Amino acid sequence: MSDAAAHAIEHHTSTGIDSRKVAIWTLIGSECLFFASLISMYLVYKGKSLVGPLPHAESQCMLHGHMQACEQIFEIPLVTFGTAVLLFSSFFVVLALYGAQKGDRKMLIRWLSMTVLCGLFFIGMQVYEFQHFYHKGLGYSTNLFGSTFYTLTGFHGSHVTVGVIWLSTLLVLAIRGKLPAEKSLNLEIAALYWHFVDVVWIVIFPVVYLMR
Amino acid sequence: MDAHAPAHAGEEAHSHPKPATYLKVAVILFVLTALEVLLFEAGRGGLGASVRPIFEPIVIEVLLVLSAAKFALVAMFYMHLKQDPKLLSNLFVFPLLLAATIIGTLIILMSYWRVVGAK
Repeated sequence: MSDAAAHAIEHHTSTGIDSRKVAIWTLIGSECLFFASLISMYLVYKGKSLVGPLPHAESQCMLHGHMQACEQIFEIPLVTFGTAVLLFSSFFVVLALYGAQKGDRKMLIRWLSMTVLCGLFFIGMQVYEFQHFYHKGLGYSTNLFGSTFYTLTGFHGSHVTVGVIWLSTLLVLAIRGKLPAEKSLNLEIAALYWHFVDVVWIVIFPVVYLMR
Repeated sequence: MDAHAPAHAGEEAHSHPKPATYLKVAVILFVLTALEVLLFEAGRGGLGASVRPIFEPIVIEVLLVLSAAKFALVAMFYMHLKQDPKLLSNLFVFPLLLAATIIGTLIILMSYWRVVGAK
């Protein structure tokens, strides 16, 4: 890359920080408030469902047109595994970023691929979970738990999906050799978004799945 | 400009941790997640009826502490807030405190209205 091209990539600002980095942190800050409102909503309505299925207890619920006994709905081992996968994806993306900053294309492609795979696994887990819950009688409007649970975890899942699409486009660029060390900030910004999605899940996992 | 703020993205990269540090953080995160699930199991009697009375009253508090520790580790090391300029930390921490206040206030307010409504 020529000096002129490299110079064009750098954005000199009054703060000394690239404007794109300030922008992603501002977005992350606003997203904190967005997810805080969803988590508040879940906590405020927690334990107020009049009918089942319920997350941690057996209950009476409407299934196939008549009331019947329903078992507790959460499957903790599956979600724990999904949580571990998402945590490791954060580890993989920092390794990919390290590779990008060092100009190590093999390292970048290997760990970025792993990150995308982890993200896809997490989305798959959530789709399976939603489908499983629906077949157990938990629809969006079945009870307050269903409405708040699907809204909170659904919005998080949509953020994971956006992250996977974003990282996949960067992976394609890396494979084509269009993500050199000078452009590693592009990956750093996507990685910050990915880590935010991870920290939101770090809060959602105990609040939704582990607190009875 | 912050005296410690790097002028270019390339300079920031040099101050970021090494893969060995990232691995240590990943291991700690994994262990903390395992502790969360173990605590959940102990609290509901999955690890034996004898330990349930010990853990059941403290499950929520300990889960919140473990969750906060994991959150801080990811923010400091993976999101590089520990090394990056203070401005970025402020952009994150201020809304985060506001978010925590919103959650706390709403829970207190709704609990209050529930008590008032019951009278």
